[in-house]
Amino acid sequence: MTSPKIRVRNLYKIFGPDPQRVLPKVRDGGIGKAELMERHGHVLGLRDISIDMQAGQISVIMGLSGSGKSTLIRHLNRLIEPTAGEILMDGQDVMQLDEESLRRLRRRAMSMVFQKFALLPHNTVLENTAMAPRIRGDARETREAEARKWLDRVGLSGFEDRYPRQLSGGMQQRVGIARALTADTEIMLLDEAFSALDPLIRTDMQDLLLELQTELHKTIVFITHDLDEALKLADHLVILKDGAVVQQAAPQQIVMRPADPYIEAFVGDINRARVLRAGTIATTGEPAGAVIGEVDWHDTLEDVIRVAEGRSDATVMVSRDGKAAGKIETRDLLSALIPYASGRGDAARADASRASIPVSARITTPPVV
Amino acid sequence: MPSYDRIFDRLGLRDWCDADASEAPMSMAQLLAKSSGGEEGGALPFPSLDTLHEACDAIPQTRDMTLSVEQGFLAIKDSLKFVLDPLTQPLSWMLEAALWAFTATPWWVLIPLLVWVAWVATRKVGITVFVAVVFVFFGLIDHLDVALQTLSIIFVCTGLSVLLGVPVGILMSRSDRMQKVMLPILDMLQTLPSFVYLIPLIFLFSVTEPKLYGIAIILYAIVPVIRLTDLGIRLVDKDVIEAANAFGMTDRQKLFGVQLPLALPNIMAGVNQTIMMSLAMVVIASLVSAPGLGVLVLRGIRNLELGVGLVAGFGIVLLAVMLDRCSKAALQRIDPTHETD
Ligand SMILES: Nc1ncnc2c1ncn2[C@@H]1O[C@H](COP(=O)(O)OP(=O)(O)O)[C@@H](O)[C@H]1O
Ligand SMILES: [Mg+2]
Repeated sequence: MTSPKIRVRNLYKIFGPDPQRVLPKVRDGGIGKAELMERHGHVLGLRDISIDMQAGQISVIMGLSGSGKSTLIRHLNRLIEPTAGEILMDGQDVMQLDEESLRRLRRRAMSMVFQKFALLPHNTVLENTAMAPRIRGDARETREAEARKWLDRVGLSGFEDRYPRQLSGGMQQRVGIARALTADTEIMLLDEAFSALDPLIRTDMQDLLLELQTELHKTIVFITHDLDEALKLADHLVILKDGAVVQQAAPQQIVMRPADPYIEAFVGDINRARVLRAGTIATTGEPAGAVIGEVDWHDTLEDVIRVAEGRSDATVMVSRDGKAAGKIETRDLLSALIPYASGRGDAARADASRASIPVSARITTPPVV
Repeated sequence: MPSYDRIFDRLGLRDWCDADASEAPMSMAQLLAKSSGGEEGGALPFPSLDTLHEACDAIPQTRDMTLSVEQGFLAIKDSLKFVLDPLTQPLSWMLEAALWAFTATPWWVLIPLLVWVAWVATRKVGITVFVAVVFVFFGLIDHLDVALQTLSIIFVCTGLSVLLGVPVGILMSRSDRMQKVMLPILDMLQTLPSFVYLIPLIFLFSVTEPKLYGIAIILYAIVPVIRLTDLGIRLVDKDVIEAANAFGMTDRQKLFGVQLPLALPNIMAGVNQTIMMSLAMVVIASLVSAPGLGVLVLRGIRNLELGVGLVAGFGIVLLAVMLDRCSKAALQRIDPTHETD
C-alpha cells in the first residue's frame, strides 16, 4: 500500500487548565477519563490515537456522543491544538506549520462540512458555495462558474440567489457539500454531516457522497455516530470510545470479528445480511455441494441468500471483476448471519451491559438540534 | 468635646497633636457650634475628620481633602490640557461647521433634505410624514433654528461616537482582558451623573469652545455603541466562525466578511441608544453654552419663564420621538440573515 495521505501518530488531547502537567499521568500512568476528571479536573479528549488514512478512501470515525470524534477531526486542520503527538499530511507535520502555511493548508488542501451546516447566513447560496475561492482571492467569474458547476452537481441549480435560512436542512447541507467541493481540495472532512437530517434525506445524501466519491476519489474523513451509516460509507472504519481507538479495520472485518464486547454490542443488532459482502465469507477450494449460481465479490449476503433459494446443501460461486474468486457453501451462510458465532455471545452481552453500554446504544435517530 | 481629647491623651499622643498647633481655620461644625451657643453635652459625635481635628490638631480637616483633590487636578491640568487641546480641536471645528451648515442653509433646502434622509433610512411613509410635520411645526412656532442646532450637535456627536466606539467594541470582543478592563469604565461613564462630567471639563477647556460640550456628550453617549459592538461580535454563531477558520479566512476577512455584518443589528441598536443619550446630554450641556433647545429650557428655569421652558421641553420630546422612530425603523430594515423574506 502507498504511504497514507493522513497519518495521526500517538495523538493526545487533554482539556483543562494545565494539560501538560497531567499528560504523563495519562500517557504513562494509564489513568482513565473518569479518574482524570475526578482527581485532576481535566477532560480527556483523546488518548493515544494513531490512524492511517489512505488517499482516495473514505475513513469513517464512529463513536457515541462525547467519544471525541469532533475533537479528533478538528486536529486534522488544527482548529484544535493537540497536547501531544503528530499529524502528518503527505508526510508533512501539520504541527510544524506557521500561521501562514497553516492558512494555506486550510485553503488549498482540505475542506470541511459541518453538522449544523455553518453556512454564512448573510450570504447567498452562490456566495456561500464560492466561499473558499473567494477567501483565496480568485476572480469573481471563475469562482462563480465553479460554484455554479458544483451547485448543479448536488442538485441545487436555480437556488443560487436564495439565502441559507430559506432552504430546508437537507438543501443547506447540499450547499455545505458544494462549498467543500468548490474548494477543490484533496481532503474533505465531514463532521456528522448528515446527522441532523431526516432519515430519508440522510440516505439520499449518503448516496450522493458515494456517487461523488466514485468520480472524484477524494480522501474523505467522515464522522458519524450511526453504525449503519459507517458501514455503508467506510473503506476504513475506526471505532472510538472515551477518546481512545477500540478497533480499526475494514468494516466487514469489524462486523465479523469485533475486537471487544463494546464493539460486539455495537454490531450486535445490525442486519448482517445487508452489510456483509460475499467476498468477506468466500473461501477457496472445490465446491462441496451442487453449484446453483454465481454472485459478485461485492454483493451482499442478501444477494447470496436470494441465489441460494433456501437450500442448505449447495454452493454459490463468487467472482470478482468477472473472474472466479471463490465459493460460498450455503450451509455456512447461517453461521455468518449470527453474531458471536464463537459462542461467547451471552458473555459478551453481559460484559457490555456491565460497561453500561446497552445493546441498543446504536443511535439511529438524528439527535435533536 | 472632651471624649476624643481623652482618647488622644490616654494614647500619649498629646505632644504629637499639639506639635504644630497653628491656628487652623475653623470647620463648619465648629462655627455652627459657636453660633448655636455652646456644647451639646453628652451626645457622642461621629469621629469624622473634623471632629477629630478639634481634639487633635495634627489630624487634617475634611476640607483639606477636597482641597487636595482640587490641587491634584489643577497640578495635572496644564499637561492634560497640553495633550488634549490639540487632540480635541477637530471636534470644535466639526461642531462649528455643522452648526453653521444647519443654520446657514436656507430652510427650503434643509427641510426637504432632512425629510428625504428620513425616507431613505426608513422607507416608511408614516415616519417620513411625521418628520415633515415636526419640522413644519418647529418652523411655525419659530423654534426651527434652535431645533436644528440641537440636531446638528447630535449628528456630529453620534457620528463620532460610532467612529470611535465601533473599533473599541471590536477590540473588546477580541480579548477578554480588554473586556475586563473596559467594562468597569463603561459602567462608570454610564452611571456618573451627567453634570459631573462637566466639572473637570470646565477647568480644562474654555466654556466658549464647542468641544467642551462635544466631549461631554460623546463620553456619555458612546457607551452603548461600544457595548453592543462587543456583544454583537461575541454573539456571532460559533459554528460559523469555525467554518470561517476551517476555510482559512484571515482575521481581517473574518471581521469584515462575517463578524461585522452579522453583528450589525446589535451595533445599530447601540447607535439608536447613542442617539437618544446624546439628546439627553445636549440639553444638559446647554449649561456650558451648547446652543439649541436646551438653552430655552434653561431660560425657563432661570427666569421662571414657564411657557418658554415647557414649549422647548415639548420640542425636545418631539425630536426624541422623531430620532427614535427613524433609527428604529432603519434598524428594522437591517436583516443580514434574510430571516423575514
Ligand atoms: N473545549 C473543550 N473543553 C473541555 N472539554 C471539551 C472541549 N471540547 C470537547 N470537550 C470534551 O471532550 C470530549 C469529546 O468531545 P467531542 O469531540 O465533541 O465528542 P463527539 O464529537 O464525539 O460527540 C467530551 O467529553 C467533551 O465534553
Ligand atoms: Mg461531535
